[in-house]
Amino acid sequence: MGYKTIIGLEIHVELATKTKMFCSCTNAFGGEANTHCCPVCIGLPGSMPVINKTAIEYAIRAGIGFNSSINAKTKMDRKNYFYADLVKGYQISQDDIPICEGGYIEIEMQDNIKKIHLQRIHIEEDTGKLTHTTDGDTLIDYNRSGVPLIEIVTKPEMNTPEEARLFLEKLRATLKYIGVSDCKMEEGSLRCDVNINVVDLETGAKTNITEIKNLNSFRGAVKAMEYEEKRHISLLKEGKNTVKETRRWDEVKNQTITMREKGGVADYRFAVDGDMAPIEIENDWIEEIRSNLPELPHAKKERFIREYELSEYDSGVLTASKALSIFFEETIKYIDDSKLVSNWIMGDVLRRLKDEEVEIEDTNLNPKSLAELISLVKSDKINNNTGKKVLKEMFDTGKDPETIVKEQGLIQIRDEGAIREIVEKILDENEQSIIDYKNGKDRAIGFLVGQIMKASKGKANPQLVNKMVIDMINER
Amino acid sequence: MDIVKLSALEIREKIYNKELSARDVVKAHLEQIEKKEKDIHAFISLNKEEALKSADKIDSKVRNGEELGVLVGMTIGIKDNIVTKDSKTTCGSKMLENFHSPYDATVIETIKKSDGIILGKTNMDEFAMGSSTETSYFGDTKNPVNMELVPGGSSGGSAASVKSNEVTLSLGTDTGGSIRQPASYCDVVGIKPSYGLVSRYGVVSMANTLDTVGVFGRDVLDAALMLSAISGYDKKDSTSVKSPNGTVIIGKDVKKVDPTEYIKGMKIGVPKEIFMEEIDKRVQEKLNKAMKVFESLGAHIEEVSLPHLKYGLSTYHIISTAEISSNLARFDGVRYGYRAKEYTTLDELYVNSRSEAFGEEVKRRIMLGTYYLSKGHGMDYYKKALKLRTLIIEDFGKVFKDQDIILTPTSPVLPFELGKTKKEPLTKDLTSLFTSPVNLAGLCAMSVPCGTIEGLPFGLQIIGDKFKEANIIRAGLGFEGGMRNGL
Repeated sequence: MGYKTIIGLEIHVELATKTKMFCSCTNAFGGEANTHCCPVCIGLPGSMPVINKTAIEYAIRAGIGFNSSINAKTKMDRKNYFYADLVKGYQISQDDIPICEGGYIEIEMQDNIKKIHLQRIHIEEDTGKLTHTTDGDTLIDYNRSGVPLIEIVTKPEMNTPEEARLFLEKLRATLKYIGVSDCKMEEGSLRCDVNINVVDLETGAKTNITEIKNLNSFRGAVKAMEYEEKRHISLLKEGKNTVKETRRWDEVKNQTITMREKGGVADYRFAVDGDMAPIEIENDWIEEIRSNLPELPHAKKERFIREYELSEYDSGVLTASKALSIFFEETIKYIDDSKLVSNWIMGDVLRRLKDEEVEIEDTNLNPKSLAELISLVKSDKINNNTGKKVLKEMFDTGKDPETIVKEQGLIQIRDEGAIREIVEKILDENEQSIIDYKNGKDRAIGFLVGQIMKASKGKANPQLVNKMVIDMINER
Repeated sequence: MDIVKLSALEIREKIYNKELSARDVVKAHLEQIEKKEKDIHAFISLNKEEALKSADKIDSKVRNGEELGVLVGMTIGIKDNIVTKDSKTTCGSKMLENFHSPYDATVIETIKKSDGIILGKTNMDEFAMGSSTETSYFGDTKNPVNMELVPGGSSGGSAASVKSNEVTLSLGTDTGGSIRQPASYCDVVGIKPSYGLVSRYGVVSMANTLDTVGVFGRDVLDAALMLSAISGYDKKDSTSVKSPNGTVIIGKDVKKVDPTEYIKGMKIGVPKEIFMEEIDKRVQEKLNKAMKVFESLGAHIEEVSLPHLKYGLSTYHIISTAEISSNLARFDGVRYGYRAKEYTTLDELYVNSRSEAFGEEVKRRIMLGTYYLSKGHGMDYYKKALKLRTLIIEDFGKVFKDQDIILTPTSPVLPFELGKTKKEPLTKDLTSLFTSPVNLAGLCAMSVPCGTIEGLPFGLQIIGDKFKEANIIRAGLGFEGGMRNGL
């Protein structure tokens, strides 16, 4: 027997509409403080909300993407509370009738697929942003006030931080696929709160649920959950319990810290917002949205296997991110070799993305250049290792491969005369290696080839060098 | 010619005919204000410079033969909870004592486009909560009919300004009777339109599912003219209605006709509940007389029933305070309005600012409303009230299947003396017994002068079905004519 961790997530996603939820102010990220504002989104007396139909459409898209049912009749409610980032003393949100109910996301575990069910998806408006200065002032920027959000609430069905991570990855990938959000955690367009507790399977004892906020990356979220899991278990072991509270993740200290205790259930005095009529969603509209929805990851993966003869694993990786799958398909438009392109992307390209924790669209790389690079290697103009170096340069500088090859003189040397000269020189300098080889030490060849490649600045065709070294030693 | 006594229609005609300039009209009203205001105190702020400027603009339009708007030359008072760029909007509260809106309400834009001339912002009960204009932070307004009396409320300043000839027309707001009751007390005409007919954009919310913007005039035609001008769909107000039947309430070419022409064949329901309740007998008698006027003009009168009328006040009380508690939450001292000088935490900033800047009546209603939206018993009351609201709507629906209009007294309580109800806040609520159900059902209604009871003005309420403004205006015109003819 042991312990069972129970994790539920609440995810806020800013919708990538052109304008805000209830006014025509721009929904662009950033901007000079308090410039994306109007009487409506700063809640001036007398102003009234007019709902953004695109925001509703995006919420429906998300609902379809996550297999939720869409409520034909829904409404906007007021969640009443006071805070300095909240302009009206209430947030326009949804209480008892969310736009989407139910649904699930499938996560792929090592040996099975697990369905994580959703409780609901509702629409609401974002609040302003507070900045606490060092001299104790609080500055408020209302550019974000009134930005449309969906809140996705899961059932508490994840049992490890890893499952939660897989869920978040899949959620983000799907939201990006259906084009409703850019899901940038660093810009706050995807925010995640975790509810976690642990059950002692032997005694049945349960810890109180801890809510973790202020998670700025999936990595941080996983670390925070791992930290909490341990904390809950060690308290259980001592026969103690956790406090019902909200904690935040401190990235510097690598630990969660108490924010506030949850004394009883907050009463938000929900009531319908009479400033807007109830929202009626006709089935025809849902079907129209469904039929215009982009291909979802699962369908795309199946198509990649079929159309490009890729392995299930490769297809899965390439379609895990919408941007990556598009990048792949764009690249093979320029070079008709899906397997080779897949290998390059799965190898060096992904490694680079992982190292730098970026998405493909945030890099200098473009499909046409990658295709050119692959052609250069495929046609033996440069060798594979040079290709890797050029790719690095492409990431760093954004130059196209031809230019890099030309500027750095990297065109592969296939001219036997030129290679012969270098081999001659290296052999002259390394008499001992020749003797070693003749004495049966095959490793000596490797050393010599290395020296020759180095002398050619990596440009010599390695197969040719290999063949010529042996031939020329034998000639001596 | 006494310009300030002219009707809106007469002023318009005289400007068309170049008998009068808009500047003459404005100057005459400013002089009247100068004369009356120290006694009446109908205004919180005046708009003299802007008013003269608009007058000059109109006069140059007249000279150049340009097309003139429907409100041309009409001087207008605006209740101070309707936001205006040109002057402060206080809502009669210390909270917004120095608040300057950066935008005009839709109705203000409409008035400006229609060549109406805004003379100032009128006094009101704080945030439109009250029925005597005595909860205003800026002092009482006197009733021009009798200076001892309250003008009614909450739109007391708007009613008084029209009665005292300081302006020709005015705008008010009506959430539970706040136009009709002061109209009744000040012996003028007040119309509360159907919910959704006039844009609320820029009107500071009190109880937003009940709030409406309406008008005051010294006769029915003036009021109807003004209402026609400000009606219509506004894409900035999601609760305004696209094309309700009869949006054009009154055309440009109205003429005074024989009152019987309006009334003949009209079907009128009078709720029996009015005579069964403990209603002032004098008020009941007066209603009987009004019914006789309609009958003699050719109307069919029938007794009808509004069985849930008796729950109207409680239902109104619960729903309105609940909405008030939410709508007034934005006045927190953070972005605009009053901010307490002393505070150390955010909570203290809220508590101190709101405690210092809101008056008693406002605080009372916020607290009650907060309770009604709270989990447990409070929410039970609120949910019950929502159900009763539906029943009240159904009551009216049944009556309007057979009747064109419903008649009631505007207020069961006759105009009272200033200061009298300050100590008994709940008796004031009784004044909206017959008016608040109309708001709950989103209907239209008018208060039209119906003589006096022992020298105190008495108003008759004419209720029409939703977006049937044309019916109440016909009835009002007919009744007014009948009264004038000594019926």
